[in-house]
Amino acid sequence: MAATPGSVSSGPFEGVDLDGLERSLRRPRTLVGIILSGIVTAMTLLALIPLFSVVFMLACRGGHRLSLALLTELPPAPLEVGGGFGNAIVGTFFIVGIATLLSVPVGILSAAYLAQASEENRLASAVRFAGKVLTGFPSILAGVFAYGAVVLSTGTFSPLAGGVALFILMLPTVMLTAEDAIRAVPAKMKEAAIGMGATSAQTTWMVLLPTALPGLLTGVMLAVARAAGETAPLLFTALFSNYWLVSHGQWNLMKPTASLAVLIYNFAGMPFDNQVELAWAAALVLVLLVLAANVAGRALSRGQVRY
Amino acid sequence: MSTSGKNGNGAAAPQAGADVVIDCNIRQLYYGDFLAVRDTAIPVKRNTITAFIGPSGCGKSTVLRCLNRMNDLVRGFRFDGHVHFRGRDIYAPSIDPVAVRRFIGMVFQQPNPFAASIFNNVAFGLRLNRYRGSIGERVEGALRGAALWDEVKDKLDSSGLALSGGQQQRLCIARAIATEPEVLLMDEPCSALDPIATRKIEELMLELKSRYTIAIVTHNLQQAMRVADRTGFLYVNSSNGGRTGYLVEFGESKQVFGAPREEHTKEYISGQFS
Repeated sequence: MAATPGSVSSGPFEGVDLDGLERSLRRPRTLVGIILSGIVTAMTLLALIPLFSVVFMLACRGGHRLSLALLTELPPAPLEVGGGFGNAIVGTFFIVGIATLLSVPVGILSAAYLAQASEENRLASAVRFAGKVLTGFPSILAGVFAYGAVVLSTGTFSPLAGGVALFILMLPTVMLTAEDAIRAVPAKMKEAAIGMGATSAQTTWMVLLPTALPGLLTGVMLAVARAAGETAPLLFTALFSNYWLVSHGQWNLMKPTASLAVLIYNFAGMPFDNQVELAWAAALVLVLLVLAANVAGRALSRGQVRY
Repeated sequence: MSTSGKNGNGAAAPQAGADVVIDCNIRQLYYGDFLAVRDTAIPVKRNTITAFIGPSGCGKSTVLRCLNRMNDLVRGFRFDGHVHFRGRDIYAPSIDPVAVRRFIGMVFQQPNPFAASIFNNVAFGLRLNRYRGSIGERVEGALRGAALWDEVKDKLDSSGLALSGGQQQRLCIARAIATEPEVLLMDEPCSALDPIATRKIEELMLELKSRYTIAIVTHNLQQAMRVADRTGFLYVNSSNGGRTGYLVEFGESKQVFGAPREEHTKEYISGQFS
């Protein structure tokens, strides 16, 4: 393939075997390249199978029940036909909403602290470590904690208790992604603000957080997507209900509340076809909601400014 | 630290007078255990441009950043000496460093606009100070002052980051002068710019000195000669292991460049070392 030393003297390109430029299956490295590309492609397709088969199955089993009634009616009693899970959709939004309202200020402001703390700051490293441990926290323990902290002290299952359980699960994701996003703000922008006579509160509020906003929103949406699908923590906290969160003009805030995840869990095990079908449909709706949150998170991070 | 080489103290510092806005006298300046600068006294006069020149590592940026307490951000920073701004010691315990920076603005080596619109970049300082008047007028005035208005007046809402490097630097100057500080510190403001943008900034500095007092650090000797009324030459003798910078000579730019008193200055401006 390369010129032999002897042939160099006869000119720069003499003796170079230009056939080496041709693609050929007879050369081992071409062959190995093709085989490895094939393996990589096959593995990629294999990884797609679980995701697509789940979505496909949900669409098949739950898709035909999708209707407006499904989204607006209350769950049916056993042996009743029709019905829906409007209250569970409202409940999921409400519980996740409470969790978001709790985790966004706590997560983002603590991230603002972590991102600006010095290397040796003990408090910051302890919080960061706790956050990382909490990321892998079994979700059922969050439920047990909220049960002990909220359900027992208020004496009732409630969306508030569910919100607290999900808050614990969302907090580390929001906090750690927000810290990264704030750290990614170029130091020269921070320096510019301080050089203008901004206090550290003004620097954080007027420069760091606005500049990091797309990253902050991405973290929040990912945390929301995770929290919306959690079942175990809600079993101990929000429990379930066959009724609306608001009935006869009254908010039932300190009562058990329905959520999609718990509805799926409850109905999937029932011996009635109608309920099982509703569970499939609820699973499809939940996946679509989570997908929407994920897509929104990704779209927001794509809007990120390059500095 | 370097004790060899001539200490320029004898040749330095015309006496502080009434027209001195910043009277800076650094006896010893440390970062942790490291003595970075010693024996540097530079009075900055009102409505003049004072340039700091010298080889890399001589501490000229460090001295400049002392003047509005930007060094407070560096951990382990402490210094012995004083910096007086219009007679007040800005390192006195009762002084709020944040307030100091509102009187003494800064333009950095790398243009550093915020990821916000051109208008909001300039309005930033006004909002910091909860300015009550017409923000629009002040923004226009600052952009005109920074010779940028004609280029951006039709796109005040577009991002400051979309401008060219030279325009970004003028935007940063507009941002700094929007709050009408007394002093502008410029830390190598042209080193990231091409010659044409550099010339525009230099012309701008000469215009601005009628309203502001300017202190500039530059690597570019021609630039110091073109714009500075007075020049301080700092030096660090790294050839024999010294790492501490100090002021060798300070005076009118004409004298420093035309008839330097010190041997080190003569060598430096004739390009015998860099």
